[in-house]
Amino acid sequence: MARVLMKGTEAIAEAAIQAGCKYFFGYPITPQNEIPEYMSAKLPKIGGAYVQAESEVAAINMVMGGGSTGTKIMTTSSSVGISLMSEGISYIAGCEIPAVIVNVMRGGPGLGGILPSQADYFQATKGGGNGDYRLLVLAPSTLQEAVEITQEAFDLAIKYRNPVMILADGFMGQMMEAVEITEHVSKDLPKRESWALGCMGERGGKRRILKSLYLNPENLEQHNIHLHKKYKEMEKEVRFESFLCDDAEIILSAFGTTARIARSAINNLRREGIKVGMLRPITLFPFPSDKLNDLATGAKHVLVVEMNMGQMVEDVRAAVCGKAPVSFFGHAGGIAPSVKEIEDQIRAIL
Amino acid sequence: MKETKIYERPKSWVDGVHTHYCPGCGHGITHRLLCEVIDELGIQENTIGTAPVGCAALMYDYIDIDFCEAAHGRAPALATGIKRTRPDKIVFTYQGDGDLASIGTAEIIHVANRGEKLTTIFINNAIYGMTGGQMAPTTLIGQKSTTCPFGRDPELAGYPMRMCEMLATLETPGYIIRVSVAKPKYVIEAKKAIKKAFQNQIDRKGYSFVEVLSNCPTNWGMPPVEAFEWTESTMMPHYPLGVFKDFK
Repeated sequence: MARVLMKGTEAIAEAAIQAGCKYFFGYPITPQNEIPEYMSAKLPKIGGAYVQAESEVAAINMVMGGGSTGTKIMTTSSSVGISLMSEGISYIAGCEIPAVIVNVMRGGPGLGGILPSQADYFQATKGGGNGDYRLLVLAPSTLQEAVEITQEAFDLAIKYRNPVMILADGFMGQMMEAVEITEHVSKDLPKRESWALGCMGERGGKRRILKSLYLNPENLEQHNIHLHKKYKEMEKEVRFESFLCDDAEIILSAFGTTARIARSAINNLRREGIKVGMLRPITLFPFPSDKLNDLATGAKHVLVVEMNMGQMVEDVRAAVCGKAPVSFFGHAGGIAPSVKEIEDQIRAIL
Repeated sequence: MKETKIYERPKSWVDGVHTHYCPGCGHGITHRLLCEVIDELGIQENTIGTAPVGCAALMYDYIDIDFCEAAHGRAPALATGIKRTRPDKIVFTYQGDGDLASIGTAEIIHVANRGEKLTTIFINNAIYGMTGGQMAPTTLIGQKSTTCPFGRDPELAGYPMRMCEMLATLETPGYIIRVSVAKPKYVIEAKKAIKKAFQNQIDRKGYSFVEVLSNCPTNWGMPPVEAFEWTESTMMPHYPLGVFKDFK
């Protein structure tokens, strides 16, 4: 497939189909409605199914059911809808079922607004649902990256038998860019017979129970220790982009759309001879703490820019661990930090 | 020729286990019927169950088939995801009255209305069992529970919900029936209904819903025999047994 101009939401949907996702369960919410619309038109034609659930609560449980049979499954929603899905996400993580969940973030709290935001960083990386669980969280900053992340997300979900969340803001969903989407063939993944439901015959009559209920506290602890080991194992999936950091005295950190804006500011400041670079986390969990700590060592300052009131900045402070001062600049949902504002922030630090 | 009948545990019952259910509880009878039906239809390796939240949360410890645990009320959505991705499998939900008629009302109405090709077994014992006897949507008028200690008052809590009758107003669902396990004569009919509800799936027909009037001696505060009498004398007048829909 050649490069074509596509909207972010549609690019994510097509990328998922090309990665072998034939089942989609969802519920309409702005600003991601093009994904369920796209899926409802395409999936029946390729022998799959689109089900419009009665709520996000139901949609995520359909995802859990579909994932439990070892099938590549996706749902997409936005902020408020992800809140409703959080119960199910906790169960999916507890039962160790693979699933891909896309959050095209809008402003909050509550109904908030329908314009782009990054205010669900805490929800995605620190929980949302109950209990000690983690999601692999990936945040694209271009549509081509969104396509690649979407396709890989299915493999990561099956590899770790864990929900994977793609955290995209409303800009990522609604903007258009040239993308190339090719068929993605998964390699070296565990066969569904090894763990999924519906394979009792293939396993010679041995059944499978997927559950998160452990009434005996010793068993519950063992289950949590097992999950925790898996989350430690996931740390090797850490991904980031280090942009002009080699000689940087000021390290900027931003993810998603905000990183694109920051890149323009950095290019402008570099032309003035200001030594500024950027660490852009691509995985928000696992967070690139070690890399950030390295970069902060010897740097004058770390500036975090987000489209929220300061959430990732907490992970940055923990990573930097006092090696450089850390400050924050941001706008809440709907208003994006401008190139000039970011430049002014950096000039003020100097 | 003298016929010898040997009473055996069903093949799909997990070897050597006893249930955690209270003496006289209807769950044990209904589990056994489920196993007998699974055995008679030869679908043990082909069936996927969803376990509810409630007293039957541990049903996977007793019935030897694939199971996925559901969140409270969400089994119909979970089962939808399973059946849509594995239409070749026999999929069921097994839910109590708090699960199905309260927290999961949206899910049960919509699974029926979509006509998902799966089966629901609905255990109605007019009370929350596992949490210790609180008022359910199906608790009868005047019936006492830990959260309606003076008896259910329709002015405060409305009238007990009749789920079969409600679901039967929908055009899509195929088979809707209310049975009971209160006495042997009802148990025989209950088994026929459960078997038919599973056969419908094998025949790739639409959605089947079997409500089972059960009991809860512990939380009703009655000995088992009295509890079964109460199901018949007090529940049945409000929840009449019968077929509400049969693919017509």
